[in-house]
Amino acid sequence: MIVLDIASVVLLAAGALFVVSGGVGLLRFPDFYTRVHAAGITDSAGAGLILLGLLLRTPSWETGVRLLVIMLFLALTGPTASYVLAFAARRDGVPIWREGDPRR
Amino acid sequence: MTVFTLINISLLAILVATALTVSRLRALYEAAMLSALFSLVTACLFVLLDAVDVAFTEAAVGVGISTVLLLGGLALTRSREAVTPRRRRLPGAAVAILAGGTLVYASQDLPAFGSADSPVQRHPLTDTYLHQSQEDIGIPNTVTSVLASYRGLDTLGELLVVFTAGVAVLALLGPLAHPVDARRRDDLDLVDYRVLRVISAMLMPFILLFALYVLFHGDFGPGGGFQAGVIFAAGFVLYGLVFGLDKAQQVVPRVVLWALIPFGLLLYLGVGVVNMLLGGSFLDYDTLSSDPAAGQHLGILLVESAIGITVAAVMTTVFFSFANRRATR
Repeated sequence: MIVLDIASVVLLAAGALFVVSGGVGLLRFPDFYTRVHAAGITDSAGAGLILLGLLLRTPSWETGVRLLVIMLFLALTGPTASYVLAFAARRDGVPIWREGDPRR
Repeated sequence: MTVFTLINISLLAILVATALTVSRLRALYEAAMLSALFSLVTACLFVLLDAVDVAFTEAAVGVGISTVLLLGGLALTRSREAVTPRRRRLPGAAVAILAGGTLVYASQDLPAFGSADSPVQRHPLTDTYLHQSQEDIGIPNTVTSVLASYRGLDTLGELLVVFTAGVAVLALLGPLAHPVDARRRDDLDLVDYRVLRVISAMLMPFILLFALYVLFHGDFGPGGGFQAGVIFAAGFVLYGLVFGLDKAQQVVPRVVLWALIPFGLLLYLGVGVVNMLLGGSFLDYDTLSSDPAAGQHLGILLVESAIGITVAAVMTTVFFSFANRRATR
């Protein structure tokens, strides 16, 4: 059991790290596309790892199944949302940031 | 300071920051998205207060449907707030400060958070609801017993409010208003987005299934007619957005939706009238079966379905009425 606990703590910490880095990226990245990328990390890696960590400490299999369903749902919707955002921005002609450009 | 207090304080801080940002923003699309965030944080606070049913409603209504309705409304008009002249801001500020001050003053009369001898805790009715309901009605979720059975008349009133809202929107934007202009209404469609289309088609059955689960599982866990109706409507709205309104209206013709709005309300009223015909009082579900508890189960199920039907029909109709309008920018 102690192994499971340690693994769960590691996963939760990694997930939290991804969420925080996503937030930092959202504030610091230079343009819309890179910011979408940062926000996408929160949904996929961040939430995914946190849910995996929680999965290791579920009291019953019913809760585990629910967590798995949520993970599947996030794995489908998170990347879709990022894609749609980036696609819509591209279609609207939001310019891409290149090295040396000012932040926007 | 416990972790619980810390979470509460941070959530409330986010809430205040969101509210201030919304009030300062001129771009109304962003304000609409932030108001969704406001609802989401409120839902989290409700979960912390153990009010899961309310949290569920707040999340479904505040985030799910009202954001889409706001965006649908914004698509019809300008998306930037006009600048209010300074002299007209003062009365608004005065009203806001006065109302806020009154609320803060009144909140001092409230019992302390979690206090054991607040009127809610001590009143004999609470005990009745919590314990007697298990024998009277026999469903684990007391919130559902209170909502659908003990306070059935109040819930009927709430449904009447939703019904009135739907009728009002139909009267303004529906068939009696200007004829629909079919040309310029692909503003809201997202038909070009192939990935979105595939994923939505994949998720659609599960969204509708989840709505049914929420409806029929309301006796045992958080959920019920209001939440289920909103989730159903959100599913239809998603379908309409992604596949185009024409397709969505092929699935559910508008006439069917319009018929379903009063149908739910009439079903609710009908259950009450049947109770009276069977010799009970209005909405006394005991009369529906020889076993009172079974009658309660049946009554609650019928009433929750009635709520779900009307709410789903009203929300979908409101969205379709907005989306069918020609933008007048």
